[in-house]
Amino acid sequence: MEAVFFVVATICYLIATVGYLVYLFRDQASIHIFSWSIMLIGALFHTGAIIFRSASLGQLALTTGQEALSLFAWVFVVTYLIVQSRLQLRILGSFVSPLAVIFMLSSEIMPTQLMPKSEFLKSGWVILHVGSLFLANALFALAFSLGIMYLLQERYIKHKSFGFLYPRLPSLKTLDSIAHHCLITGFPLMTAGLVTGFAYAALVWHSPWNWDPKEILSLATWVVYAVLVHERLAVGRGRRAAWLAVFGFTAILLTFLGANLILKGHHSISGKI
Amino acid sequence: MGHIVLLGMNHKSAPVEIREQLAVACKSAVNPLHMLPHLKHVDELVFLSTCNRVEFLYTCANLKLGTDEIKGLLRAHMGLSASTPLDSYLYVYEDLGAVQHLFQVASSLDSMVLGEPQILGQLKDAYRDSVEFRTVKTILNRLLHKAFSVAKRVRTETCIGSCAVSVSYAAVELARKIFGELQDKKVLLIGAGEMAELAAGHFMAQGVRHMTVANRTLERAIELAKRFRAETVSFDSFLDAMMNVDIVLSSTGAQEPVICYDDVRTRMRKRRNKPLFFIDIAVPRDIDPKVNEIDNVYVYDIDDLQGVIDLNREERRKQAQLAQHIIDEETIKFKTWLNSLNAVPTIVAIREKAEIIRKNELRKTFSQLPNLGEREREAIEVLTGAMIKKLLHDPILFLKKKAQRGTQPLFMDFTQQLFNLQEDGDSDSAMNCDGSDNGDDEDNFLQTLKK
Repeated sequence: MEAVFFVVATICYLIATVGYLVYLFRDQASIHIFSWSIMLIGALFHTGAIIFRSASLGQLALTTGQEALSLFAWVFVVTYLIVQSRLQLRILGSFVSPLAVIFMLSSEIMPTQLMPKSEFLKSGWVILHVGSLFLANALFALAFSLGIMYLLQERYIKHKSFGFLYPRLPSLKTLDSIAHHCLITGFPLMTAGLVTGFAYAALVWHSPWNWDPKEILSLATWVVYAVLVHERLAVGRGRRAAWLAVFGFTAILLTFLGANLILKGHHSISGKI
Repeated sequence: MGHIVLLGMNHKSAPVEIREQLAVACKSAVNPLHMLPHLKHVDELVFLSTCNRVEFLYTCANLKLGTDEIKGLLRAHMGLSASTPLDSYLYVYEDLGAVQHLFQVASSLDSMVLGEPQILGQLKDAYRDSVEFRTVKTILNRLLHKAFSVAKRVRTETCIGSCAVSVSYAAVELARKIFGELQDKKVLLIGAGEMAELAAGHFMAQGVRHMTVANRTLERAIELAKRFRAETVSFDSFLDAMMNVDIVLSSTGAQEPVICYDDVRTRMRKRRNKPLFFIDIAVPRDIDPKVNEIDNVYVYDIDDLQGVIDLNREERRKQAQLAQHIIDEETIKFKTWLNSLNAVPTIVAIREKAEIIRKNELRKTFSQLPNLGEREREAIEVLTGAMIKKLLHDPILFLKKKAQRGTQPLFMDFTQQLFNLQEDGDSDSAMNCDGSDNGDDEDNFLQTLKK
């Protein structure tokens, strides 16, 4: 059942992406509404898939790399749907929906091997840890999309060569201030996620820091975002801040893929716990 | 069936001296529409007057007599003597040509600045006036509504209105793409040339409230500052004034750049990298082109802005072709409606509708009464046929009689609505484009009946 739901959700996201790509070329509200609704339907199926999976596992569906990425894609899509309905920055969908599809499809290639069943993962701490980190990362992914839009638009204006997207993209100020909000909200969440992680590690392994590769990489990305937030608050906004948002999220993706595919540790499915 | 005629002049057909007189007449409060009762040959009339065009749209039975009357009206309105030659400045479009021209005007395809948005509002005002003076009836009423919906279609289906085609507009448009809303933005004017004044005026019109003027001669600076309710700073300290503005409009007569790379770079740090937009409309340039390389600084000189304009012009031309296609399509639709106002098609349509209803009802009845014999069936068919014929006899006679009069379109249109003969649903969409005017058809009809 959950496999069917998952496939339907992926197909919905795919259709929404196609719709949003058409929307890039044809500025018609109906196309946006169609794509947004399809995305919402996809999110509902996706919710179903995660609930079924979690129910059959008896815990939050986070036991494999595949489930983790799928859950992250879900958080991302839901965050986008909410942000979109509040902001009415329609063109954002054209930059966000492909990301959602990429997350869904790449979750398919993630290892599906189950982690050894562990009581550790059933704790409420884990939900807090994962929830705040995923939400933070979803916001960073939005900031990443906005950063790309900013850099595109900035390039058009700076080089005085106006590509076809120029009239469709909003003002630099709009892009920058939305990205700013995403980062300012995401950073405390990320900090909270890491702190709960360390606290929980201290609780179960009696040491908050275990030189786990993912721990090291996470701290590195945290530093990147700390620099970014500092940059925004102290030095100012603009092009560098947009670059950092793009760079920061790339670092997050590498952390996730690296930790799940290559490196071994207690976050990894192949690691010992 | 009368003619629809559009007579007028615009920036293309009339030289500037004549248009100047137009501008004077444009300001006068007297509306020539109040003369309609004195015009014997003109049936309906709409008068559009902007400072670049004056147009009379009217219907008349006799083309020549009606047009002569309108020419007289135009002379009177502009205060021209009868001896002034006028014909060479005028264009006259008849019937579908007039419809097409009106659609072009409404969609701003005929404007001096292609795609400018004001004309539609001016046309709506003109229509409102003629409703007030009761000078529009069936045909022009429908035509004007159609023109509004065509303009709306052109605006939504093409992007003819979204490309700036003057230096000042291009600058404002770029500033919008950088800063979003301009209300809380600050503008610094360096030098006080005419072009800068023009551009500053545009920024004012876009909601900029905070301006600072720096000029070598203080007198001129104060003069400008008064106009824009701006502050003045001494010319030597404009670099420091740059610290807390967003847009710099520069137009000094200096031979060397007045703003250099290092001037800006050092100040960007202190501004915490808030974007800074330089508009350099001076020749030779005031701002070192290298300044554009600094992060979050955008420098546009006059050639860059001209480049934006040329790009937009090209785009507008493409969009104008799309718009023309829409207009041609709508003109044909309007023609179909116009033709249906003739008596013969209306009468044929009523008869056809009645016949279809009769046939359908007979089929239903016969299928419920299978025992009827051949004779009974025939009798019923004859009976129903005779009923319909007699029922329609008087209305059809009435329509035939009305077909000889000037009020014919009104009655044809009303008959079509009464019998619901138009099934394309097109009439509704045309009527709804300006909700406030929906009741006019009925108004006009009742008014005509009273007469």
